[in-house]
Amino acid sequence: MRSVSGENLVQLLTPEGTRAAGPYDEWVADIDGARLQGLYEDMVVVRRVDQEATALQRQGELALWPPLLGQEAAQIGSGRALRKDDFVFSSYRENGVAYCRGADYTDMIRVWRGNAPSGWDPYEINMATPQVIIGAQALHATGYAMATKFDGADSVAVAYFGDGATSQGDVNEAMVFAASFQAPVVFFCQNNQWAISEPVTLQAQRDIADRAPGFGIPSVRVDGNDVLGCMAVTREALDRARSGGGPSFIEAVTYRMGPHTTADDPTRYRDPNELEDWKGRDPIDRLAKLLEAEGLLAGDFTDRVNAKADEVAGLLRHGCVTLPEPGELDVFNNVYTTPHPVLERQREHYSRYLASFEAAGGGKR
Amino acid sequence: MSTMTFGRAINTGLRKAMEHDSKVVLIGEDIGKLGGVFRITDELQKDFGAHRVIDAPLAESAILGTAVGMAYRGYRPVCEIQFDGFIYPAFNQIVSQVAKLHYRTQGRVKMPLTIRVPFGGGIGAAEHHSESPEAYFMHTSGLRVISVSNPQDAFAMIQQAIACDDPVLFFEPKRRYHVKGEVDEEVDLASFPLEQARVEIPGDDVTLVAYGALVQLAKDAALAAREEGLSVEVIDLRSLSPLDFATLEASVRKTGRLVITHEAAMTGGLGAEVAASITERCFYHLEHAPVRVTGFDIPYPPAKMEHHHLPDLDRILDGVDRALGRTNSLSDLEGN
Repeated sequence: MRSVSGENLVQLLTPEGTRAAGPYDEWVADIDGARLQGLYEDMVVVRRVDQEATALQRQGELALWPPLLGQEAAQIGSGRALRKDDFVFSSYRENGVAYCRGADYTDMIRVWRGNAPSGWDPYEINMATPQVIIGAQALHATGYAMATKFDGADSVAVAYFGDGATSQGDVNEAMVFAASFQAPVVFFCQNNQWAISEPVTLQAQRDIADRAPGFGIPSVRVDGNDVLGCMAVTREALDRARSGGGPSFIEAVTYRMGPHTTADDPTRYRDPNELEDWKGRDPIDRLAKLLEAEGLLAGDFTDRVNAKADEVAGLLRHGCVTLPEPGELDVFNNVYTTPHPVLERQREHYSRYLASFEAAGGGKR
Repeated sequence: MSTMTFGRAINTGLRKAMEHDSKVVLIGEDIGKLGGVFRITDELQKDFGAHRVIDAPLAESAILGTAVGMAYRGYRPVCEIQFDGFIYPAFNQIVSQVAKLHYRTQGRVKMPLTIRVPFGGGIGAAEHHSESPEAYFMHTSGLRVISVSNPQDAFAMIQQAIACDDPVLFFEPKRRYHVKGEVDEEVDLASFPLEQARVEIPGDDVTLVAYGALVQLAKDAALAAREEGLSVEVIDLRSLSPLDFATLEASVRKTGRLVITHEAAMTGGLGAEVAASITERCFYHLEHAPVRVTGFDIPYPPAKMEHHHLPDLDRILDGVDRALGRTNSLSDLEGN
């Protein structure tokens, strides 16, 4: 039976904000009060990034935005478990992970504003740019991990994808290759219950995590709204990969509280009671309760966190609205590494065409 | 200079590329101990190890998709697609990922993949084993598409393809694998640029364009036509994308007549592109509309019917006749 709680779900922080003891405790033994506060700040900031970007879309500044509202714990918990030399291959919703990798805020919205085909330099933050074709990146992560093993390095490739992607051949082929070559790769599935309007029940008749063992890959289900649980299971999987234990599969059971993208209307397919139910499991609220109980949510701390969120939102907005327009001939750049005569000719034709308007004093027909 | 088969020439070229650059890795089905179903990778796993010559599980999308990941980490994967008809499961990775990643990452990530594809018919194979899917890839920006026709080109151009920082589809005419030819292993690779066609036989009356397995047929047709007093210029395209219009234009300006032949179906095929582009560029030099001699717009037929589908010597000569305005079976029809 599929479940969103229960015995097979790793949970170190309950929705009531209390620590739940378990065998995964040792993986987060170093997370003291200050580091808990750090995780809280991360989640508040990425939620604010999400809200600001959504507002920018509503104001016509962005063409589209894929909100991560509700998935902050899954992304921050796992993202903060990674080392700098690990390499992330994500889908398009992992802005929280990109934040952990150190992505520039303007780079996060460059694509969605329509100014460039990608945001950041993958080699600067060790994270590939967002992948829209569902599940394709699971293979890229696996291949990268195979190459890492050829190099004798102990860094790990991490593939992020959603529940919908588990229906794709590429995700399943990736698990075959990862197991066959014992590639140091972690498959991190954020089961957010919905692939646009298709419920996870259409993708899976059993828990998604049940599939991996059939490929010879150990798997774990974790409460995806529990930042400590997500960090613990990711650290375990990374450790396995680094020490030659091969791939792992994590199913983080979470919920997409917003639409699939700003173009989507979830009220057409979702029961409002479901959303209310999940609001009770909000990843930020539960950590706030824990911090509160431990006296770590004092005024100056929350003031500092809110100031940081304000600052980041301001940088995001400023970066967005001041992004320079792309150049007229930039569309031809970087199709090939070396000149391609046919494309060079097309560039030359378009260049002359544009120049003809200038020669005529500007203005098109 | 030594004599070797077309297949051995590719094997030798692969070996040279692997010796030259330790980042070159081969990945494909049955390419290890077996040496590939056509033995093109014979002995390479034994000499370079299983981490350089990777026997892949049977999943074409994964062969391409993991190669993408390897390229992200600085490797130069050479993927073998076992047969032309098996490339379709990998189509998504090739056109959506391999072709676009350099553009998508604004030049930060290079995809120096080589995708080897034994292609074409004429060997009496079962279905899905004789196809000519090259036009799908010509139509995709970001890819280079090569097809070689002889051992020397195969030896040199597979190395050039591997050295190229752009992804290259390398179509090998499988019915030529066992044909022998001279190969100079010390040849200067720079004299085999990836985008240059070659005039195989000079001539003045008609330009006949072919690639892959049909180059030999085109040459045979030119010799047969010579006996009738006709001078046919034969061009081996070698590069299908980009097309070498400099060579094509120079030839058509001289002859005024153009025939293009390929095994692939006519509609939307390479011949259509050559005909349209040459018409645009050389309209006032043409004495006749360009003529296409191609496979029909049908699924590749069963072995005992394939000779009806594949262009042969007589159909090519028939096309040459039409380009010359001579009366034949199709003369009273509009177009091809």
